[in-house]
Amino acid sequence: MAQIVVDNLVKTYRVAERTPGLWGALRGVARRTHRTVRALDGVSFSIDRGELVGYIGPNGAGKSTTVKALSGILVPDGGRCEVAGRVPWRDRIAHVAEIGVVFGQRTQLWWDLPVIESFDLLREIYRVPGDRYRQARDQMIELLDLGALLDVPVRQLSLGQRMRADLAAALLHGPAILFLDEPTIGLDAVSKLAVRDFIKQINRDRGVTVILTTHDMDDIEALCTRVMVIAGGKILSDGTLVALRAQVTRERWLTVDLVDAGAAIDEPGATEIRRDGHRVCLAFDPEVVPPAALIQRLAGRHAIRDLFVENPPIEAIVARLYASHGQAP
Amino acid sequence: MIRAGGLRPYRAIVGARFRVLLQYRAAALAGLWTQVVFGLVLIMVYEAFYRSSSPATQPIAFAQVASYVWFGQALFAMLPWSADAEVRAMVRSGAVAYELCRPVDLYGLWYARAVAQRSAPTLLRAVPMALIAALVLPRVGLGEWRLAPPPSLACAAGAAVALLGAFVLSCALSTLNNVSLLWTLGGEGVVLLMTTVVTLLSGLAVPLPLLPGWAQPVLAWLPFAGLFDLPFRVYAGHLAPGQLASVLVRQTGWTLALIALGRWLLGRGLRRLVVQGG
Amino acid sequence: MTRLPDAIGDAIRLYGRYAALSIRSQLQYRASFVTGVVSTFLVTASEFLGIWALFDRFGQIRGWRLPEVALFYGLVSVSFAISDSIGRGLDLFGATVKSGDFDRLLLRPRSTVLQLLGQDLPLRRIGRLAQGLGVIGYAVIAGSIDWTVGRALLAVASVAASVCAFLGLLVLQATTAFWTVESLEVWNAFTYGGATMGQYPLSIYRWWFRGFFILVVPIGCVVYFPGVAILGRPDPLGAPGFVGWIAPLAGPAFLAIALQVWRVGVRHYRSTGS
Repeated sequence: MAQIVVDNLVKTYRVAERTPGLWGALRGVARRTHRTVRALDGVSFSIDRGELVGYIGPNGAGKSTTVKALSGILVPDGGRCEVAGRVPWRDRIAHVAEIGVVFGQRTQLWWDLPVIESFDLLREIYRVPGDRYRQARDQMIELLDLGALLDVPVRQLSLGQRMRADLAAALLHGPAILFLDEPTIGLDAVSKLAVRDFIKQINRDRGVTVILTTHDMDDIEALCTRVMVIAGGKILSDGTLVALRAQVTRERWLTVDLVDAGAAIDEPGATEIRRDGHRVCLAFDPEVVPPAALIQRLAGRHAIRDLFVENPPIEAIVARLYASHGQAP
Repeated sequence: MIRAGGLRPYRAIVGARFRVLLQYRAAALAGLWTQVVFGLVLIMVYEAFYRSSSPATQPIAFAQVASYVWFGQALFAMLPWSADAEVRAMVRSGAVAYELCRPVDLYGLWYARAVAQRSAPTLLRAVPMALIAALVLPRVGLGEWRLAPPPSLACAAGAAVALLGAFVLSCALSTLNNVSLLWTLGGEGVVLLMTTVVTLLSGLAVPLPLLPGWAQPVLAWLPFAGLFDLPFRVYAGHLAPGQLASVLVRQTGWTLALIALGRWLLGRGLRRLVVQGG
Repeated sequence: MTRLPDAIGDAIRLYGRYAALSIRSQLQYRASFVTGVVSTFLVTASEFLGIWALFDRFGQIRGWRLPEVALFYGLVSVSFAISDSIGRGLDLFGATVKSGDFDRLLLRPRSTVLQLLGQDLPLRRIGRLAQGLGVIGYAVIAGSIDWTVGRALLAVASVAASVCAFLGLLVLQATTAFWTVESLEVWNAFTYGGATMGQYPLSIYRWWFRGFFILVVPIGCVVYFPGVAILGRPDPLGAPGFVGWIAPLAGPAFLAIALQVWRVGVRHYRSTGS
């Protein structure tokens, strides 16, 4: 049952052009030239209730524009969009009451207020009935380990603590859909894991639909079964991580630690992509050269201390995807 | 004292301010518009008072009152209002302690800041304001409210000199404003007090000649009269050119006294802050 | 859709919460709060001192004496203090739009204007409020106003209407921030200028100035006509007696129009993105 339906969304921005230098500045006073940027160029997808979807793309690709349109802040120029049966920008107030949004880089909590007071104020704003609020609040406090932080003013929280508080705040009114924009940015390793665990939990146990926008591929690999890649206002890929990989390349990487650091490696079907002292990384196509055969041949010719086979990191996959569509990452 | 080559850091500060302010043309125009409206309200009020009273109560002619109002509005930005935002930020963050590390005369540095703060907006506002008040008003049928030109070249020249004296005096008062932040730890109390006093005693709220007769001698010798009231009297020809010397003496005397006070307070204030570790 | 009485009660409750939070955090800095109130009082008191000095010299202005002018002055002072305080969030809207914080307001299921009003309620304006009440007190004592219940209510209505008018100006000022952040100062001519203008009875101004502040930005309308009715004297402008009693309606009407313009501004913001 599709909860979010996006059909051929189009959004163009007019950006004023700036000519550098003094002459440009003077001319700019008299006349401004404009450049049109197609932030969304026919974006279509649909998301079912309870999905956990990753949404990635280079900067300026249209990620935040999509999220703004879906959350009702932005009115697109063309196309259709329905979230939980509503057009987001038309029934703003009814729509935003049912969604939660967390921005990684700015908090929605009140800077000078203790965390619990921010929560109480949000309860008033979202008109959450007393019992439901208390239940949601207590659950969030427990899940995100906020007990010790409740009386601390938000400005005194560390980045990790603030993100946990923001996540709780976004869910106090029990939204069915959660938009997360770079939730793990700048966080330490422990906090990142905590945030990821929480996202997984609320998606799995409560069926909250999550749309996760991020540059951190570890987030994607840890959380998302489905990934959408957007670049230049167009969706380049929409499916599982495996499918994304396969779409770009079948390539696998074999990394060996050689005893002899200077040894040259010359194997048909394998390309050396990196050498770092003893460690050499080779790329190969498993359908042309089976991994076992390659390893056997190498072991026969060189003394090997250690080796492992892996997929190219998802960053490399995605960068290639961007590049193949003419986009700089 | 400051030597010629050593003026470079001070010049740099002033230049930087100018460049920043010149970018905000739209804001300057907006401010100009607001001042014009204010000036019109004030002049209409005085006009109503004048029409309702006998000449015996009128120490100066109405046309002079109108010119007085525009003169004050044109020089509005020059008056020692609000403290320098940079200084306020420095004091609040504690970075002001670094001032003691600077290899320049500290009071000179602070004075240069005041010069920067006052000069750029003044020049941006004064000239257009004066032009509008002098030339545009007659064109729209409000000629009786205009800023009248000085009666003679000597008066114009004298006014220019007196305005220079006023500028120097205002910067000394401005510096005092900034220095006060050291003592109140960023609180605006003294600045607010200065604003109130200046508004009332410089002639901006009510032209000084229209204030009670018994107050006139006091007002004439306070520093605030030197800000634009005295220069105006030279401009309008109320004072004989010879009396220009008296005006300059009053302005300079107060300027030197305020500089001395400022130097002392700045030195003590900085040392006090460092001792407190604040 | 919720019913109107519920919606209003809802909004008041939320605003009350915002106000309580703001007041509490200000009272934490008691010393600073006290000095703020005292200094605001002194500043506004010195303003009235200037007016007193003018009356001391000239005696009257177009037939109006000081106690009568004091009534107008006091009414404007009180309303300006109230609206300046309530509308602080609107006054700072330029910064809110610039930093992108307006998006967060759009993401909440409440009126954006209500949220902006709730951002801050600076209490030091009480200084000006006290001064305004003091001046009205002087007008009551020194003037010979024949107070009836009706006139007292009219005074309250006049203040409420002026608050609406000033808030309307602040809403319009905030709306222009959607297009340009630098030129917001133009509105000071109407807010501060309007307040200064309203201190004196409208009849002393030129007709075109009067007309503007009666028909376009009705600050003059909601202060002058009720003031004349309260004073119980004939109107030099020749308006019939009942005008003073219906004039306050212009305030909320102006605010309603301003809020419609605000909607246009929000629509523009949501179409062009931040």
